[in-house]
Amino acid sequence: MKKNILKNSGVQSLLASLACVVLGMFIGYIVLLFINPDGAGEAIATVMKNFLTYSRADTQAKYLGNTLVKTAPLLMCALAILFAYKVGLFNIGAAGQYCAGAALSLYAALAWGWSWLPCMLLAMAGGALLGTVSGLLKSYCNVNEVISGIMLNWIVLYLTNMLLTNVKEVASPYTVVLADTNPRALLPSLGLGALFNDNKYVGLALPLSVVIAVLVWVVLEKTRFGYELRATGNNKNAAKYCGMAEKRNIILTLAISGALAALGASMFYLTGYEQWQCTASSVPGMGFSGIAAAFLGGLHPIGTILASFFIQHITAGGAYVDKTMYCAQISDLIAAVIIYLCGFVLFMKYAMNRAIDRREERAIHKAKERSAAQADASDEKGGDR
Amino acid sequence: MVLLMQYTLIFASVLILVALGGCFSEHSGVINLGLEGVMIMGALGGALAMRYMPASASAFSMIVVVLLSAAVLGTIYSSLLAVACINFKADQTIVGTALNMLGTAGATVIVKAINTASNPDDVSSIIQYAGAKKAFSVNIGSFEFSWFMLVTLLLLIAAYVVLYKTRFGLRLMACGEHPQAADSVGINVYKMRWAGVLISGMLGGLGGIVFITAGVSEWRFEYGVAGFGFLALAVMIFGQWKPTRIALAALLFGLFRALSNVYAGFEFLKAMNIPSPVYNMMPYVISLVVLAFTSKKSRAPKAEGIPYDKGQR
Repeated sequence: MKKNILKNSGVQSLLASLACVVLGMFIGYIVLLFINPDGAGEAIATVMKNFLTYSRADTQAKYLGNTLVKTAPLLMCALAILFAYKVGLFNIGAAGQYCAGAALSLYAALAWGWSWLPCMLLAMAGGALLGTVSGLLKSYCNVNEVISGIMLNWIVLYLTNMLLTNVKEVASPYTVVLADTNPRALLPSLGLGALFNDNKYVGLALPLSVVIAVLVWVVLEKTRFGYELRATGNNKNAAKYCGMAEKRNIILTLAISGALAALGASMFYLTGYEQWQCTASSVPGMGFSGIAAAFLGGLHPIGTILASFFIQHITAGGAYVDKTMYCAQISDLIAAVIIYLCGFVLFMKYAMNRAIDRREERAIHKAKERSAAQADASDEKGGDR
Repeated sequence: MVLLMQYTLIFASVLILVALGGCFSEHSGVINLGLEGVMIMGALGGALAMRYMPASASAFSMIVVVLLSAAVLGTIYSSLLAVACINFKADQTIVGTALNMLGTAGATVIVKAINTASNPDDVSSIIQYAGAKKAFSVNIGSFEFSWFMLVTLLLLIAAYVVLYKTRFGLRLMACGEHPQAADSVGINVYKMRWAGVLISGMLGGLGGIVFITAGVSEWRFEYGVAGFGFLALAVMIFGQWKPTRIALAALLFGLFRALSNVYAGFEFLKAMNIPSPVYNMMPYVISLVVLAFTSKKSRAPKAEGIPYDKGQR
């Protein structure tokens, strides 16, 4: 019998993710309708169009470039969440690790005049250190990584503000402009900027983040190390019984996850796209959006690339809605709804499998009945004769 | 000193309410990581009530209406968690996190929509309630007693009685320890878990409104509630899921949170010249340290976090 294409787990993930997106957008639309029914259709179209709202092709390219600049760090955060989640850990501390990455890379670039590569490595080390703290607390003190992650997020936020206040502009709460102070720390453009109408922010970060996404997939799926990590995630005790160092695996996972998130931050802040605001009252939302991207991508590194772009696309699109009626946070709302719906993915898959099983069973049943009837007919049993 | 005591008590009240919420939910077997979002929604409900209540309303009716609307909105919001985690067996961590994000984003969108509708130039997410807030407190000497402290105390006692002295409470706890056993003696586990989550939503919502009226008279909803939902979970773990211990733990955490508000009033603390962010960090650092030392031997409800499946053995 032909195998039903819907039974493929990848296809199911894709369908479920699409369902989440469509439902999320629809709920966003309803909310807009409630706020003001006149412009709701236009506003939701604006959110989805993002850079396409500009009519000229070169302007579109430029703003596509801007969206991509922010996609790279988001992808890194999503990979950080995904990597930990595959090992059964929910690294909500990614937001704080991202924040630490921003602090360290900016400080090294602005105060010490380092060039971009060491800045990046320092950021990674900082993120890994934070992840290690969470990991140690988890494996040796039995502290839930979600709670320790949130606590660390707040601690890191205050530390970051304290540290970066040393390199801020005199008249504003923002850090000094990177391109003027230390151009050596800017990420190399690799000629990619020219593709996006000379967008000077597009550069190394984009290809690097995609390469790392592939790398994460290879490590998790194709190496013994990744296998051990996933085994630890599936059943800690069984992994221990098989001679795997389950405590070490947990700590290592969170350290790698932290390094990924922090690397994402350095990819963003070393483009000079944005300055850090030293009066920030909460950690950047990038780490939290990463959760949305990771789950929307079906927890697959390659799917995550697409999901990251989508999340960043609608977030940027939110900035274009008519401010006299709506606010930009509508995109955050849609992203949050999408994560909520992602909680139902397991159930959707279960429902899909059940529907398919039922239909197949019925088909088998029918085929049996028919062959039985044929057999009866050929034996000249039954019938009216 | 009086000021420190006042702030300690009010922040402790917030933590007690929210931690009790977490306690009810976890005893029924559902981890409510969305408490932060529930708090924001409760705060929104209360703040909107304060905004739309006529200024002539008596203090008593003001308190009742504000508390009711906070509790109701918190309860409704927590039903999102209940439906996903209990009926659809969703991952409780993901749904909780989604609720936190949805809480901040949703409250911001709603408040901004209201502000912009009344005045097109106003795109802030601030609700002011300086006038209405006066109803909540009476001055005893220089100590500003808040009625919320009394409400918290009453709810704390009620929570203790309900959990340990009633049939409902004992059944609730059974569902968090061994749902299959509870089911086998005729307890409806799904219903009990719904009850646990809804109670946690009510208490979380109340905590939210107490939090935003503590010390300030306007709230910017983009800020959320500054991790207080998670601090409350830390308090709950430190308090070993027991109401009386939760109250003591909340007092300790409340003290450190209060210090960041009033440290400038103490000569010796001012003389040490510690930058203010350090005080802001304090509650979080303390909670990490405390968790590190107490979590090892903590005894959480056994079945918490595991969706109940009737057909499973």
